[in-house]
This record gives sequence, structure tokens and C-alpha cells, in this order.
Amino acid sequence: MKVLVSIKRAIDYNVRIQIKPDGSGVVTDGVKHSINPFDEIALEQAIRWKESGDAEEVVAVTIGPEAAKEQLRSALAFGCDRAIHVVTDAPVQPLTAARLFKAIAEAEAPQIFLMGKQAIDDDANQTGQMTAALLDWAQATFASAVTLGNGSARVTREIDAGLETLEVDLPAVITVDLRLNEPRYLKLPDIMKAKKKTIDVRTLEELNVTPAPALEAVRTAPPPARQAGTMVESTDELVAKLKEKGLL
Amino acid sequence: MSPNPLNVLVIADHLNNTLNASTARAVTCAQDLEAEAVDVLVLAADGAALAGEAARIEGVSRALHADHEANTHPVAAILAPQIAAAVKAGGYSHVLGPNTTFGKDLMPRVAALLDVAMVTDIMAVHGPHEFDRPIYAGNAVVTLKASADQVVVGSVRCASYAEAAAGGEAPIEALDLDVSLPTHTRFIDLEQHTSDRPDLQTASTVVSGGRGVGSQENFKVIYDFADAIGAGVGASRAAVDAGYVPNDMQVGQTGKIISPDLYICFGISGAIQHLAGIKDAGTIVAINKDADAPIFEVADIGLVGDLFEIIRDLEQKLA
Repeated sequence: MKVLVSIKRAIDYNVRIQIKPDGSGVVTDGVKHSINPFDEIALEQAIRWKESGDAEEVVAVTIGPEAAKEQLRSALAFGCDRAIHVVTDAPVQPLTAARLFKAIAEAEAPQIFLMGKQAIDDDANQTGQMTAALLDWAQATFASAVTLGNGSARVTREIDAGLETLEVDLPAVITVDLRLNEPRYLKLPDIMKAKKKTIDVRTLEELNVTPAPALEAVRTAPPPARQAGTMVESTDELVAKLKEKGLL
Repeated sequence: MSPNPLNVLVIADHLNNTLNASTARAVTCAQDLEAEAVDVLVLAADGAALAGEAARIEGVSRALHADHEANTHPVAAILAPQIAAAVKAGGYSHVLGPNTTFGKDLMPRVAALLDVAMVTDIMAVHGPHEFDRPIYAGNAVVTLKASADQVVVGSVRCASYAEAAAGGEAPIEALDLDVSLPTHTRFIDLEQHTSDRPDLQTASTVVSGGRGVGSQENFKVIYDFADAIGAGVGASRAAVDAGYVPNDMQVGQTGKIISPDLYICFGISGAIQHLAGIKDAGTIVAINKDADAPIFEVADIGLVGDLFEIIRDLEQKLA
């Protein structure tokens, strides 16, 4: 089995983001970036399949600026065999990403295309589903367990009502949720070994993909702030306050 | 494609032959578009009764149902081509679904089939093509402008919209969509979490516990208090990760985003990820033994002390 895993370079989840004063976006210069945490879970799953012998080859793919090589190197240190870097400096919205992933999936012909369920920067939660739609493949989103079958996979999905299980014929796009696994820590020898692995560079032109019509970001602002509240000293005072607000 | 005039199609979320409240919330958002028509589409094996329910939502122009055996369970790959066909046939300018896991799974697939961009998690409407949505776990809000000559596909942030009132009397129509459906995806089962308590996402009062509760056994005090006052029960990610409660109780950016009138949290420190899930609550009450816990920066009412003593006290006073 061949597995393709998409990763995205995103601002590290521990960073408290700063909004540019002119409202043109979020400050990214000089800010720590990492692999989107959901994508790390996807990588971990792919590598476990390689270790168990279910996957022969795992290929990481990213779309982004030159700097995203750093995240691809981490993906190779995880244990991916090779990587593909679609280099672009322009912002890439989900439908364009899906067109590029479709082109790559057609060239690579994986049985499973694993993705994080969403990226923690734009929180769009679209790319996996859009890629599956364009390829006319099955999709199973928000996976918390995946069991491989013969030409198919059973995927347990975390949905609002509980846990749903779908069976999908392969090839399929599977997007992963938090509880699928806990990604490993990278070890220095793996990081060294990763330096020798290949990163193929592609462009939109080479893949014959035109960017999809994009949504225009008019402005970026902080969320409406909640007003500071009051502290009470006792449960009596708390109950009185709630009654005053008409909540009891 | 020039979708003019403004017509909105709202995709109904339903389970066990009942509409999910998120459907009526999406209708409220649709009304902000000032469209000429807001239709609701139910996809089900036999959707007549559900469409009847949708017809009673105030502001709905028509309640449509597309019946097919393959629609017995909501599989995105099966529903999406039917919705895309309904949008084209009906000349809709907008397609909205709720931003529940149903809508999150489905709507991007619909958008890709229509070859248009999608607006996830709409929290405000500034006009038929301008929307606010949260990014970076709700730590920023971006205003997006969609192209006016393309269909807008969006998902509606349930916490930002109240349910449209009941009392409508829209006509009900069956849609005959001649679409070939894929067979590559099959529903196997749904392990539904059953509970007599009010649903976490729709309850008007929610009580939740965090790591400070200390154990799965101790969580009983949270359940007991919630039952005494008729509240839903939630938990922080820390409590879920510690194994105190199942993960469908998690409130936060990576769990459920809720907007009860009253939110009472015990032993929750207030990590950014949790706060993102309660930003839209009416009144936040925090009880924590640590006076410096960040939860007190957003709580409307805070009380420092031992949560077990306080909860016992409150139960006596309120029940």
C-alpha cells in the first residue's frame, strides 16, 4: 500500500498570535512555525502502517513557500520515504490546495491520502473533503480509528452524536482527529537521516493547475472581548447575582 | 453562472427522524442574507415528516425533501452530488449547512462539486457576499468577501445564531433528483451516546468540570449537580485526556463550541482552547481554587474556593 500524507506549515500552537494593527492579517514574520498538529497525527498513522508492513511507501506532500521545506524535513524524520513540495509564495485557499492534491494523487496513485482534519491557522476544515470530491474518491473525515481491510478501510469517525463507522473503498481520503494517536517525538538520528532523503519540487504550472477563485480577506480583527466580570465571596452572593440576572 | 435573484438553500441536519436544532439556527443566518427565498432541503430515506418539521420553522419559504434509500444515513459522498444537482436545478445563490460535524463533513464536498470556494463557520453576515468567520481557534476574526457571480457555499456557526422560531407554514415539496450516486462509501454503524440529560449543544444551562475535579469517580458531583438543576454536562480537554469523561463531552475549539445562557465551570483553569468553546455563552460562572486561573479573566462571576464544598452548597440552595 502507498500512503500520501499532506502537511501544512502553520504557526505553532503554543504561539499567542498577533493581529497586524492595519487589520491586514496575522503577524507571521519571526514567529515559530511547525507542522499543523492534526497533520502530525496523520504522519504518525502513516508511519505506523509502514512499521506494521501495511504500507510500503509513505510520501509527504506540502504546498507553500520555500520555508515549508523545514516542515517537510520533519516529516521525513518521522519516517516518510520521500517528499513533494509544491512551491508557491501566494496564499493557497482550500479549493486550490484540493486541485493541487488531486494532480499529485493522480500522479502518485496512493491507496490512502491522509490529511489532518483541519489546519489550526485558518481552521477551514475543507481541503480533505474537497480533494476527495474532485477525485471522486470516498472520504472519511474526523477519524479516531482506522482498520485496513482488503481494498477497503473501516473508519471510526468522531461526530456530534457519537462514534460512526464507515467502510470506504480504496483509494480514499481520510482526515484524522485528535484521538487517533499520539505522534512520536523525533530523534536526532532520524533527523540526520532525513537530510539525505529526496524532496521533489513542483510548481502550479508544472502540475497544470490554475488557482481557484479565492475569497478576499477584507480585514482581520481581534474577537469581540468579554467584559471583565466580578468576583463573589460566597455561594449566597453567587446565587443572589444569578437571580438578579434572571438566570435562576 | 449568475445566481440572481438571491435564493438560499439550507441543508437540514437530522438524526433519528428529528431535525437537529442547528437547522433552525442556519435558517436564522440565512435570513440575514435578505434573500427572496429560504428553502430547507431534507435528504433522507423518507423525509416527508422531517420536511413537515422544517416547514414550521419561521422564515422558511419551502420545505423540500429528496428521498432515496441511500440517504438513510448521512454519508457526505452520497449527499453532496444530490445537493449540487438541487442547487443547479433550483438556481440557488447560496447553500448553507450548520457547522456541526454533519455540515463540516458535507459542505466542502458540495463546494468542490460546484467548483466554488466555501466559507466555514459563518459568525456574522455583512451583506449577501461578506461574512465574518473565526480563525486561529477564535483568536482572530476575518471578514471575507465572496465573489458575487458565484454560488456561495457556507457553514453556519451554531453558537452565533439563535434558533428561528416555530410557527411557519411553508409548503412541502418532494424533489426528484436524478443523480447517479457513488457506492464507494458504506455506513456501518453509529454508536450513539445516550443520556437523559439535556444535550450539551442545545442546553440553556451547562455545568462542566475540569482537571480540578480530580477523577472519574469525583465527576459524579458534577453530574449530580447538573441533574439537580436540569443542566447539560461538559468537560475541559484536560478532564477528557485524564480519562474522567468520554470525549464527546469536551467543550473547546477541538471539541464542542457551545452558547448556553448560563455556563458554570468547576475546576477549569481556562486554557485558550477551552475559552474558544464558551465565548458565546450568556453568563460564565467560574469556580476554582486558584485565584490566578485565567478562567477568571473571562468569567462574569468568579468564586475562589474548594469546588466540592461549593458545589454541595449550591446544590442545597438551588435544587
